[in-house]
Amino acid sequence: MASEEMEQLVRREYTQGFVTDIESDTAPPGLNEDTIAFISKKKEEPQWMLDWRLEAFEQWKKMSEPDWSHLDYPPIDYQAISYFSAPKKPEDRPQSLDEVDPKLLETYEKLGIPLHERAALAGVAVDAVFDSVSVTTTFKDKLAEAGVIFCSISEAIREHPELVKQYLGTVVSRGDNFFAALNSAVFTDGSFVYVPEGVECPMELSTYFRINAANTGQFERTLIICDKQAQVSYLEGCTAPQRDENQLHAAVVELVALDDAYIKYSTVQNWYPGDEDGKGGIYNFVTKRGDCRGDRSKISWTQVETGSAITWKYPSCLLRGDDSVGEFYSVAVTNGRQQADTGTKMIHIGKNTKSTIVSKGIAAGKSDQAYRGLVKILPRAENARNFTQCDSLLIGDQCGAHTFPYQEISNSKSMVEHEATTSKIGEDQLFYCQSRGINEEDAVNMIVNGFCKDVFQELPMEFAVEAEALLSVTLEGSVG
Amino acid sequence: MLEIKDLHASIDGTEILKGINLTINPGEVHAIMGPNGAGKSTLSAVLAGNEGYEVTQGTITFEGEDLLEMAVEDRARAGLLMGFQYPVEIPGVKNVYLLKAALNAQREARGEGEIPAPEFMKLVREKLAYMKMDNSFLQRAVNEGFSGGEKKRNEILQMLVLQPKLALLDEIDSGLDIDAMKVVSQGVNSLRSEDRSILMVTHYQRLLNHIEPDVVHILMDGRVVKSGDKTLATEVEDRGYDWLTEGSVA
Repeated sequence: MASEEMEQLVRREYTQGFVTDIESDTAPPGLNEDTIAFISKKKEEPQWMLDWRLEAFEQWKKMSEPDWSHLDYPPIDYQAISYFSAPKKPEDRPQSLDEVDPKLLETYEKLGIPLHERAALAGVAVDAVFDSVSVTTTFKDKLAEAGVIFCSISEAIREHPELVKQYLGTVVSRGDNFFAALNSAVFTDGSFVYVPEGVECPMELSTYFRINAANTGQFERTLIICDKQAQVSYLEGCTAPQRDENQLHAAVVELVALDDAYIKYSTVQNWYPGDEDGKGGIYNFVTKRGDCRGDRSKISWTQVETGSAITWKYPSCLLRGDDSVGEFYSVAVTNGRQQADTGTKMIHIGKNTKSTIVSKGIAAGKSDQAYRGLVKILPRAENARNFTQCDSLLIGDQCGAHTFPYQEISNSKSMVEHEATTSKIGEDQLFYCQSRGINEEDAVNMIVNGFCKDVFQELPMEFAVEAEALLSVTLEGSVG
Repeated sequence: MLEIKDLHASIDGTEILKGINLTINPGEVHAIMGPNGAGKSTLSAVLAGNEGYEVTQGTITFEGEDLLEMAVEDRARAGLLMGFQYPVEIPGVKNVYLLKAALNAQREARGEGEIPAPEFMKLVREKLAYMKMDNSFLQRAVNEGFSGGEKKRNEILQMLVLQPKLALLDEIDSGLDIDAMKVVSQGVNSLRSEDRSILMVTHYQRLLNHIEPDVVHILMDGRVVKSGDKTLATEVEDRGYDWLTEGSVA
């Protein structure tokens, strides 16, 4: 067979060893076994990890990019991407804030980002001007005391191989989808969390501070495991718009909740959406899935999506354990020429499983967004319950919102409810607020924030406040 | 305070107001009455700045300023406040939040800083009590699930907090039972002062028993056909509107 021959040929090339100079910090563009070996080597990974990646790559090669989403973007040349690059050298980066897009700076100002963080977020070559080391240390001590493991995925592969081997790829398999397979082959960064049995994580885990989040990788891999009766709340992302040289982002997040465990995963995503024509914006193709593996376990996703040129993302729950609970609360805002196809999947496998979906989509400018949700109830899932509420708000007349709810019910003793609305932001609501002296922009913010309230109240407190500010900045100039 | 001269306005090309003249001095309470379709609601809408109506002729001067040149929010900030006949619901937005944003927007326009939270809460609680409204009103979403009476009380509550120079009340009596009518009119009466004016638009003379106007205008077919003191309202109640146009020159 031709394809087998091809594979052998590829294999052979690999056995010839690295063609890439391992002294170099950046892999040349292109994706083959050598690139993967290079990444694995850079990360000082054991052989089993490299093998795992290579198998993922084999699968990826046989797959094709999904085309079913309601998105429109030029074809991506996967061989033109560099899959490993060390941070840019200081001399290649902007030397001061004067060289940065003034609009971006204006946004930092409005979001109240501390001065010393702005430069770092904008990618300016500065030394870290504040002392994060001591804070991080205290943080780590406290977690260690509780027995919680919180480290980078690379560190986990080296230090906790048994846990990684046991769980990695068990929620999102390597062959799950095109982007997940790609990520499995080339992931370079991400977080690892393990909360031992009976432990309630003593603090909310975030990818440290905004400043650290600014350097997250292009192919992030996150794995969170909550053992029996354990609990954790994890915050991802930051409200500050982040720029990144890499246009394609394909992260994978896997959550595993054992008996009576509870994982709360909150995201605020604000990648650079591109300029007014959408140029230079990030493509964000993410696979996020939680596995309620144990009985009475619970996984809750809350997300506020405002950034990226293109978002493709469906945080999902596999409700395997009996009486397990899955939740999805989402606010997606698109403006300018942004596109988003997002939603969730709730797969009811166990008995008495419950899921709740609350999705709020706000489209302004010339943006376009779709909610895509699947509720699947398998034959064994007696008394399964789902409630879905899915509302869209349109601002202006050049944007679009679409809803694609899918339901596959194979158990007659289950109950599924779906409510959906699409409305234009009410002229009469705006007029009412304005006739009280509130200007149009503030009035829009007030109404939109009211529209999103059900989701915002699910966010951890400090995130909720930031999310409101973020919404107003994102929608700026969308009226009038 | 307010001077309307030869005001013509139309909606979708149909002329509704056909030359209104009206002057309101500080401290005066005026009532505008008239049959259905006379143009009462159009007049309120034009004063509040509703863009659905096109002013084709005439002027409106408010406190020496050209009102028609002012944006909706600027009218409110300058002290013209509209009490709506059908206040709109805004899901998820707490009443207290709207009140505070409105008050601060006005203070900002006057060059004052934001009101300190304790001072604001004290003010609002006092006014709530006056309107016989429960504190829980503040935490409810703006007008959402409010009964007709609650909505109207809420409109007057906003007036009491925002203290406009000219309060414009559009059919504030519609849908009120007698008890609610008492509370609402008590609220409006408490607004009466030497430097504040009130313009009420109403269908019924009943309201005027509770809020006594200084001047009553009868609006018919887009024009003020007769003005007089409060006895004019009683006369209309007894005789209807037709006698006002009989024999008059169109």
